[in-house]
Amino acid sequence: MGSTVTTANTVGKTWDGGNEPLGASYGKLMMWFFIVSDALTFSGFLAAYGFSRFKFIETWPLADEVFTHFPFAHGVALPMYYVALMTFILIFSSVTMVLAVDAGHHMKQGKVAFYMFLTIIGGLIFVGSQAWEWKNFIHGEYGAVETKGGSILQFVDNTGKRVALEEFADTSIPKEREQLTRGKGKWFMEEGSLPTYSVEQVQAGFKSHPNLLVRIETLNTPETLARTKGLNENPALNSPKQKFVLSRAESERRLADTKLVVEGANLQRNEYGSKLFADFFFFITGFHGFHVFSGVMINIIIFINVLLGTYEKRRTYEMIEKVGLYWHFVDLVWVFVFTFFYLV
Amino acid sequence: MSHEHVSNTKRIWMVFGILSVVTTVEVFLGIQKPAALHMTNILGMNLLNWIFIILTIFKAYYIVWAFMHMEGETTTLRRAVVWTVIFLILYLVFILLTEGNYIFQVFRDATIKWNF
Repeated sequence: MGSTVTTANTVGKTWDGGNEPLGASYGKLMMWFFIVSDALTFSGFLAAYGFSRFKFIETWPLADEVFTHFPFAHGVALPMYYVALMTFILIFSSVTMVLAVDAGHHMKQGKVAFYMFLTIIGGLIFVGSQAWEWKNFIHGEYGAVETKGGSILQFVDNTGKRVALEEFADTSIPKEREQLTRGKGKWFMEEGSLPTYSVEQVQAGFKSHPNLLVRIETLNTPETLARTKGLNENPALNSPKQKFVLSRAESERRLADTKLVVEGANLQRNEYGSKLFADFFFFITGFHGFHVFSGVMINIIIFINVLLGTYEKRRTYEMIEKVGLYWHFVDLVWVFVFTFFYLV
Repeated sequence: MSHEHVSNTKRIWMVFGILSVVTTVEVFLGIQKPAALHMTNILGMNLLNWIFIILTIFKAYYIVWAFMHMEGETTTLRRAVVWTVIFLILYLVFILLTEGNYIFQVFRDATIKWNF
């Protein structure tokens, strides 16, 4: 027992609190610890994405074909511009955040409030842009069909330009199924929305349009080029690192083997290609978007505190630094998501 | 270590400039995809992807060092955070990518077709 008894003289400076061995306050240190663990969570997601991509390296969708939308620019393929804009917005909101921290060091309440406000606006615009991006991704653009073997077939014309299902599907053929809704069910039965066209309509439409061709998931590399059969006779349609376009005969043969029409994206399948692609997109950008959203919420709380003069009374604006760390971290994660989802 | 509380708005705007320029370069390369970079492989990856990854790490450095003020923290804190993350991620990525590539080869060389 003797060894555990503490006397007044041993209660010294080291364990008594108020000591900062790393030169950072308790709150900041804990924020750093949180950021380290959260960084590892995000790296886990991105590494899992890399794993799945390497696993399906020959059939992974091309990001610059998927994300081509820009507000008010319909029908124009503008790869990457919108994500680039989102990246700028987030970087800029990081700048206003660090300006708020800087103003906090000088105890300028008004300036801190102003910059915090700009940061919140930037964050909201980013989350809104993310929602718009999701909407386009879920809605899809061209549509595709899925074969019995689970691969996606897309349609191009004889110049290699993508063709949407609505441009050729033969709607004179009746659809074999009617959407089951609650009102028509015998019990509490309903189903997810059916695609606009049936497989039969797509197949018939393909037959009556002789200029159409099927594009498969496989990317053109020297290795796949030697292995893939039934490629189009026109070599201009099969350029390197693009998806293979099949010959008309092979296209018809492949199309006969389809079972589903796929429009847009959900967690089961997507018109862009590999099923995991949409899953990872929803999961990683969704988790990041959730971080941005909670960051905005935290920023709003701190913003109100600044307005109320809480930190004036404390005589320190360290709280701004702590939320700033979190906000910059969210920006940091986006830099990596941007690279690995849209660029690489 | 302890912040000298000098206004460093000039540096903030400079870092913003650097990050913007790098992002612009990335987007430009991503849209153009110059064949000389895109088709040249070095160490199992094409040159364009290497450039993207290096530029990303460059941006990450500026965000952490300037915006998160890592340059002002003690050496111990800096290493505890940065080294932990870097070495764990390198390890994780190495294992997962090697394994992913192995599974790809198994699928490719198998006698059973799995995606057709």
